[in-house]
Amino acid sequence: MPKLTVDGIELEVPAGATVLQACELAGKEIPRFCYHERLSIAGNCRMCLVEVKPGPPKPQASCALPAAEGQDIRTDSPMVKKAREGVMEFLLINHPLDCPICDQGGECDLQDQSIAYGKGHSRYDENKRAVTEKYMGPIVKTVMTRCIQCTRCIRFAEEVAGVPEIGAIGRGEDMQITTYLEHAAQSELSGNVVDLCPVGALTSKPYAFEARPWELKKTFAIDVMDAVGTNIRLDSRGRQVLRALPRINEDVNEEWASDKTRHAVDGLVRRRLDQPFVRRDGKLIPATWDEAFAGIAQAAARAGSNVAAIAGDLLDCETMYAAKALLRSLGSDLLEGRQTGLSYDVTNLAAVNFNSTIAGIEEADAILLIGTDVRREAPLVNTRIRKAIKKGAQVFAVGPENDLTYKVEWLGNDLALLGKLSKNVLEVFKNAAKPAVIVGGGALNNGLGAALALVPKLGLVKEGWNGFNVLHMAASRMGGLMLGYAQAGGIADVVAKAPKLTFFLGADEVDFSKFSDSFNVYIGHHGDKGAHAADVILPGAAYSEKPGTYVNLEGRVQRGDRAVFPPGDAREDWTILRALSAALGKPLPFDTLAQLRAAMASEVPALGVEGLATFAWAPPKLDAKASGPVGYPIKDFYLTNAICRASPTMERCSAELVHGEQYLEAAE
Amino acid sequence: MLNDKDRIFTNIHGFQPWNVDAAVKRGDWDNTRALMARGQDAIIEEIKASGLRGRGGAGFPTGMKWSFMPKEPKPDRPNFLVINADESEPGSCKDREIIRHDPHKLIEGALIAGYAMRARAAYIYIRGEFIREAETLFAAVAEAYAKGYIGKNACKSGYDFDVFVHRGAGAYICGEETAMLESLEGKKGQPRLKPPFPAGAGLYGCPTTVNNVESIAVTPTILRRGAPWFKSFGREGNAGTKLFQISGHVNTPCVVEEEMSIPFRELIEKHGGGIRGGWDNLLAVIPGGSSVPLVPAAEIMDAPMDFDGLKALGSGLGTAAVIVMDKSTDIVRAISRLSYFYKHESCGQCTPCREGTGWMWRVMERLRKGEADVSEIDMLYDVTKQVEGHTICALGDAAAWPIQGLIKHFRPEIERRINETNGNAAMMEAAE
Repeated sequence: MPKLTVDGIELEVPAGATVLQACELAGKEIPRFCYHERLSIAGNCRMCLVEVKPGPPKPQASCALPAAEGQDIRTDSPMVKKAREGVMEFLLINHPLDCPICDQGGECDLQDQSIAYGKGHSRYDENKRAVTEKYMGPIVKTVMTRCIQCTRCIRFAEEVAGVPEIGAIGRGEDMQITTYLEHAAQSELSGNVVDLCPVGALTSKPYAFEARPWELKKTFAIDVMDAVGTNIRLDSRGRQVLRALPRINEDVNEEWASDKTRHAVDGLVRRRLDQPFVRRDGKLIPATWDEAFAGIAQAAARAGSNVAAIAGDLLDCETMYAAKALLRSLGSDLLEGRQTGLSYDVTNLAAVNFNSTIAGIEEADAILLIGTDVRREAPLVNTRIRKAIKKGAQVFAVGPENDLTYKVEWLGNDLALLGKLSKNVLEVFKNAAKPAVIVGGGALNNGLGAALALVPKLGLVKEGWNGFNVLHMAASRMGGLMLGYAQAGGIADVVAKAPKLTFFLGADEVDFSKFSDSFNVYIGHHGDKGAHAADVILPGAAYSEKPGTYVNLEGRVQRGDRAVFPPGDAREDWTILRALSAALGKPLPFDTLAQLRAAMASEVPALGVEGLATFAWAPPKLDAKASGPVGYPIKDFYLTNAICRASPTMERCSAELVHGEQYLEAAE
Repeated sequence: MLNDKDRIFTNIHGFQPWNVDAAVKRGDWDNTRALMARGQDAIIEEIKASGLRGRGGAGFPTGMKWSFMPKEPKPDRPNFLVINADESEPGSCKDREIIRHDPHKLIEGALIAGYAMRARAAYIYIRGEFIREAETLFAAVAEAYAKGYIGKNACKSGYDFDVFVHRGAGAYICGEETAMLESLEGKKGQPRLKPPFPAGAGLYGCPTTVNNVESIAVTPTILRRGAPWFKSFGREGNAGTKLFQISGHVNTPCVVEEEMSIPFRELIEKHGGGIRGGWDNLLAVIPGGSSVPLVPAAEIMDAPMDFDGLKALGSGLGTAAVIVMDKSTDIVRAISRLSYFYKHESCGQCTPCREGTGWMWRVMERLRKGEADVSEIDMLYDVTKQVEGHTICALGDAAAWPIQGLIKHFRPEIERRINETNGNAAMMEAAE
């Protein structure tokens, strides 16, 4: 704990801190461009210069200098002021004065810091440098003349995303940041370089020239594109969400977001269901709410208690609870959320939870991946595994080989391998302090028993550590399981009961041919597969249009707010179910969202408290035998749900990054 | 003047072959085993006592540098010696001569220095443009391996030591020690942040010492003839003999080994054949390679050529590359050309150097032509001050100093050009 003084303020800083961190602890602002807490230290922008005694009689880069006992640091001396002004002047001489047409305007580090630390005038009379544009894919727009060579994007690509495809070529003032071959970076996280870029060199391509930051309403929400529960901020103007940005949450997403989280939002205004439809003579025709409800009431009268509800992947807990309450009033508990037919055992929720927690997996020192393509199923869990590897973890995997951006020892693609792990693997796990297993969607159905059998064998659960993890892919999964959206035999059990009336709550991945005899009601927001198979469509709200409770894959209960209102006649889903219940003559006992949440919390208390829900560890005894190959469920990362499939940006990402199509840029 | 018997580099002019047989005849590899048998600490002490200061420009005491290396390297983190043969400083050409004509001095020095600092191997990073020299060095290393001088049980001393030669790709910045380590590791040659210093974490993260070719090549002779012999040359704190590289407007440009602290006039008279057109024709001298400030004629003539003597003149010994300029020189153009060199060779990593070198060169070009305002001289000086001391490595300083020297000593010349150009321009009347 070195003691030092910053501008005369004495303080003690943690061992290993840098001078920059010491200055921040002392409440002093240090301007910076290249320094970023989550990236390695480059020390190349020279903006953070401070005066340090003892030391050479010149200013020092505070970001790269370790804080040491007895240092006398000045951040306000004439030398420091001059150094900062000098660096700022150098950064600006070749920076174009195109702020009025730059998308970074209003949230630009260079703009802000030049006001605070720059001079008021220019002494530079020479020509400014121009840099040719670089192609960086469908998400990142480049205006490289604005680049100040801070190398944050290079370091992000290499260290966090694990795709060393961005780099610098040339030297001196001719140094340019590029993807070398000018193709899109093969990363699910490439959008983060837009946030990292301190200037307008890398901006968001889909958001180009859309809005200024001060025009936007900012709403805190939870992302539903995967089960990580990324904390996001939705920036909206009028009735449209224009962009989604990550919020900082160290336990969940740090400050990253996947490209799908960021850029599927343009799907929120396309292919929307904005009024009810009923099927007449085989055709879906527009109807009023009353007509739609009347149709459902007739079907409900015929069906009696033979009613079912299937939940989709993007649902909030409130909707699922309202539907559950409605079915209960009709005398049914035929609920299922695992649309694609998974039927793994859910008698103990801890056995299907990500127990080590997302942040905790960083500490694991031996990891076995079972049938999981983490990079695509949960990109932000993948970055955590990368961090674990940096700390020395070893990773093994059972499943088809693919590129996870880090070194994996592939054991083979056969679940039978779980019963006969090699000596080498067992040895590594035996020596591991925090061993972990991650079971993914590919192996969950057949391999859960075999994976659970590894718990005692590999010592996964011990005092203060539970390394047994299941990686879900649907934002609604954990919430659905907590609310009882699971049948012992999965959706096959529902099919076997041949329900006469089935509610599909945003469910688009179901095999609808099995429900051809049922009266199908689709409550959802996009005209996707579920809507096509429906007899009645009730237009609902997307995640940006309703306040909702979500439980992520580690059992973390999080709440998001409403950014905009649903389009047209569409309504928030729980109000639809509440109104329908009245039309069926069995009104549900809640009239406001607060009442609904109170009722939900009284039934499942964990859903009433934000934060990590705890599940008692009592794994079921399952058949430990498993065999056969696994396949990864996600074939196309960019097109996994109805919102993505309606998004032109995701469509283009899929074409370019997954299917290798080339897009030609129009000449300007 | 140095007597022939006291020369370390006895074949610097290449009158004899460079190969191992000739080298042995000249006394290289003579019982190297006995030198090593003195023990590692004894060798370092001897070098410390000799007062040898690094010959690459900075003049850091070599023995002290070696003593920073861990005394007991861990098996997974061996010590390394890296020899800087990336001689790219305009004006410098001594390492080239050593490698051309006396490569075995360097290889023997590498073994002894490497042994003293407990290094597992030496890497010689040779400048990319030195094609023939690299060929010679490769061949000389092969000879030394064949003779058993290096490799397993080097010189039968029981010590295993390898020497690798690595060719650069022609970047001046790779002569900076940490950029050299990056380049050796296969990365883009950009200087690293210090700390950590190479002695703590250098090549591949292992403790590393980077030395100049000349510093290494003189060590076997120092050990053979003793520290007091070496120390008997030069003034206090500037011991030894030194290769001076005299270029420019002298009658006989040459590379010559001389005693440190030899007066400039004597050096030029004895070896350079005098200034072209006589001493009255001398304009200025850059005494240590392009990155030190120039010194005007009157100040340099009787100055001692050593680290401290030239520092007192506001310049430096650098690599002892003496660039002599007579009165026919367009001094502004000369310095502008150096500015272009630094602009071209800036690695682009940190802001002041990346942006500043280009700016300085452009202003210098305008000053050369006189297409500037007198106030821009002060602005240029201010810009050099904004670059100096604010960069990761010393290239920023090296780019700033020549211009500062020019402005300090030749301001009237710059102003004269500006006034002439502006005076010749027709007065423009505002249109009414």
